[in-house]
Amino acid sequence: MKFGVVQFPGSNCDDDAFHAVADIIKQPVEFLWHQSEQVAGCDAIVLPGGFSFGDYLRTGAIAKFSPVMRAVGRFARSGGLVLGVCNGFQILLESGLLPGAMMRNQRLRFLCRQVHCRVESTDTPFTCAAKQGQVLKMPIAHMEGNYFCDAETLADLERNRQVIFRYVHADGRSAGPQDFDANPNGALSAIAGICNRERNVLGLMPHPERAVESLLGSSDGLVIFRSLVASLTQRASVPA
Amino acid sequence: MTSIETEIKVTPQVAAEHGLTPDEFARIQKILGRDPNITELGIFSVMWSEHCSYKSSRTHLKRLPTRGTHVVQGPGENAGVVDIGDGLVAVFKIESHNHPSFVEPFQGAATGVGGILRDIFTMGARPIAVLDSLRFGPITPTPGVSEEEITRNRHILDGVIRGIGFYGNCFGVATVGGEVVFEPCYANNPLVNALALGIARREELFFARASGIGNPVIYVGAKTGRDGIHGASLLASAEFSEESQQKRPNVQVGDPFMEKLLLEACLEAMRTGAVVAIQDMGAAGLTSSSCEMASRGGVGIEIDLARVPQRETGMTPYDIMLSESQERMLLVAEHGREREVFDVFQKWGLDAMEVGRVTSDGQLRVLNHGSVAADIPAHAIAEQGPVYQRPIAAPKATESRSSEFKFASAPTNLTENFKRLLASPTIASKKWITDQYDSMVRTNTRFGPGSGDAAVLRLKETKRGLALSTDGNGRWCQLNPRVGAMHAVAEAARNVACSGARPIAATNCLNFGNPEKPEVMWQFSEAIEGIGEACRALDTPITGGNVSFYNETLGKPIYPTPVLGVLGLLENAEDALGSGFRNEGDVIVLLDGAAASLSDVEASKKEQDEFASSEYAKTIYAVAAGSCPAIDLAAEKRLIDCLVKLASERTIQSAHDISDGGIGVTLAESCFTSDTGDLSAEISLNSPQAVKASERSPAEMFLFGERGARAVVSLASGSLAHVSEIAAQYGVSAARIGTVIRGEFRIQYEGVPVIQGSVDSFRRIWKDSLGKALESA
Repeated sequence: MKFGVVQFPGSNCDDDAFHAVADIIKQPVEFLWHQSEQVAGCDAIVLPGGFSFGDYLRTGAIAKFSPVMRAVGRFARSGGLVLGVCNGFQILLESGLLPGAMMRNQRLRFLCRQVHCRVESTDTPFTCAAKQGQVLKMPIAHMEGNYFCDAETLADLERNRQVIFRYVHADGRSAGPQDFDANPNGALSAIAGICNRERNVLGLMPHPERAVESLLGSSDGLVIFRSLVASLTQRASVPA
Repeated sequence: MTSIETEIKVTPQVAAEHGLTPDEFARIQKILGRDPNITELGIFSVMWSEHCSYKSSRTHLKRLPTRGTHVVQGPGENAGVVDIGDGLVAVFKIESHNHPSFVEPFQGAATGVGGILRDIFTMGARPIAVLDSLRFGPITPTPGVSEEEITRNRHILDGVIRGIGFYGNCFGVATVGGEVVFEPCYANNPLVNALALGIARREELFFARASGIGNPVIYVGAKTGRDGIHGASLLASAEFSEESQQKRPNVQVGDPFMEKLLLEACLEAMRTGAVVAIQDMGAAGLTSSSCEMASRGGVGIEIDLARVPQRETGMTPYDIMLSESQERMLLVAEHGREREVFDVFQKWGLDAMEVGRVTSDGQLRVLNHGSVAADIPAHAIAEQGPVYQRPIAAPKATESRSSEFKFASAPTNLTENFKRLLASPTIASKKWITDQYDSMVRTNTRFGPGSGDAAVLRLKETKRGLALSTDGNGRWCQLNPRVGAMHAVAEAARNVACSGARPIAATNCLNFGNPEKPEVMWQFSEAIEGIGEACRALDTPITGGNVSFYNETLGKPIYPTPVLGVLGLLENAEDALGSGFRNEGDVIVLLDGAAASLSDVEASKKEQDEFASSEYAKTIYAVAAGSCPAIDLAAEKRLIDCLVKLASERTIQSAHDISDGGIGVTLAESCFTSDTGDLSAEISLNSPQAVKASERSPAEMFLFGERGARAVVSLASGSLAHVSEIAAQYGVSAARIGTVIRGEFRIQYEGVPVIQGSVDSFRRIWKDSLGKALESA
């Protein structure tokens, strides 16, 4: 089992994702440079947070043209597991690997704080170790996390149970409309994370890699990494 | 083509326009043995500006303690360095970017952060945290301040915090703390002081000392443009007038993405072993980096400007040497290993160009298309600038207005006043601001903004942790610069100790008015005395920092505002303490390092005088007068030692010092920041038994007085006897004053309820006040 963490110029959560995998869940992991044409035998790819290429144009808009993203696209289409966190999620949207787009946070300001999000489906390789409805405390840190898509896409997402994480109150209560305490960036339908129809590509705005040690305030993000390990272990034991 | 600039004849008039005095001009002529050309004049003018040369402050700064057991590098390098064990060092420094932040708040603050970050990584350390100490004019209705001014102050604040966030968030450094203070004196001269902290292995430190005759000098990073020319001399080293907004072209423009690439590339290049010396191009850009590296190494440097990457055409040698374009570095590589350096910068997509070489003659020689554009002894520019013993004169004693307000004679309900205090912008929660900063990136933040008295970082390489706090009280320094400065040191150290860390070193940012005024110089000299005395008493040597003079607009100086950043070391990051209560039923104890309490009438008058300078007096009575509280450094030291001991034993659950707003605000904040967010406190305060009823402090003074050397801690009731015993060992009094509860927040004084209300209602006032004031901006 090997994890790969992609490094774009301007990625700044790459070391954090690496640390979570290498030092906390103690799995093999290596960096993948943005100019790499292949994913070097990795079994799961993390697109980390940050400001790829400065994000001066539109978040993720330039990163999607990186050679490594062609490789990640091929990897995803062949069923490989891809986790996009924050800027990584934005890049997945720009690349078309996930549907929808990000708008600026409703207050038009960068927002960094602990949020609560509810696991809406455990039927993914990223959440299989979680409990349905489990509330995870994880931080967000972004300017553009206000998820948006058209009504048809939203209906699709709901029908196919592709909404995997929703912003909620600490006790798990859903966020109402304009409920910016629970859904601070104003995301459509309080969407914090979605997967593709095949369920092997997941993007989320909260940072699970920042929530893997209770010393730093929360270890709730561990369940996502543990799910990945469990899924990869299971895949390895089942002949393809 | 000969550039126009070289044809400008340098006259005493031109020198004066560059801010050089006739004496300074004569000194230049003497050093060169001839008249300087215009490029040389420009070089001298920036290097000998107040900002770069410290010509007014240098003689005073010598009085600061700079050595100590932990100090690896004191003032004089790009940043201070202290040993934190396990082969690691902490590299840290605070710096001002006041004037640019007034002229153009967003870019001014952004490049302030960018500049201090470069100072850290130019030494081979990876930046892990930033703190910002900010001061603005009032943002809420204030007597004597016009609506228009308030709107402008909000606009400045908004630009500054957006700029800080823009730079730090993208660069990928956690902005973990600092302070935000409001006083009318900062309206036309906000203070933006940024502190950065980095970590390196001790043997991997880099210094800015050029060596190796013939070694190549390599320019890396962003291209040079015309931005920021004379930022150091014209912006930072002169007062503001009504035309100051016209100085906007002197403000640099920041690109945090470029800086992030520069960081990664520099650290990677350093690891190749091919880098001999490196310095960032901050104030005075190419000029300061080249002559300072040459001067420190006792060598010369020759630069060919034709090889400098340029963003625009037609730049003269004068423009190129004085540009303050951001995100640039100058390094000296080992001859024959240039390729290794170039490869790294190419990987990160950055310009790296060999622009010159190290020479043996000690000259800074600037070539331009074959001709010599400047030829100056490097050491003379960097180290032989003018040093002034500016005249010093204590200002005439101002009439104290401390008698203008009278305390309520008997204990009475102060809940309404308490609410007003909680809502005042200086005391209210800063979450609205700090939420706009990424405070967690790089996953080291144990306690970020607002969760502890100091920010606490764990270190992945070791069990240890670091704590940092910045503090300053301009109002107190205005009343008494010496004692006020001591308080700044003591409060920062006390905050660090409340987080459980032992204070080990300090950095200072000295914000003052025009040094050519004897009263300002007196304030400066007094503050230096105070800082020196407090740093010696508390074992926190000064490892670096910066002096910012000319903080005046239309002849009116700011309050003298020394800001101290104190660094503390935790043997175990898990021992760190937050300021919030943790468990219902815990006992609340007041620790007081000053053993004896004031009890006679004389002392009570003094107390009233001191109270007149409190945040409460300012907020409730609109009085800022009297004297700042007396300071007892021995008491501060006792309290600090006691707190560090208690934290290391894990016998207390929280610690929060008493400062702005007194014990009333301290207790409330410990409720507001409690783990579950719904804890409250039931408190009973009493004067010491020895004090006669007629001489007891008024309730307001007891609740909101800001005397130092005190902290409120919470602990399991079973630990009370042990904590009292430890406190006694350290000569600190420990008085049980209440209990952590769920329900109403209640304080009684001498048996009479003085503050009472739902903790939620108080929290809402405290939490929402700043947002309410600023969302409307």
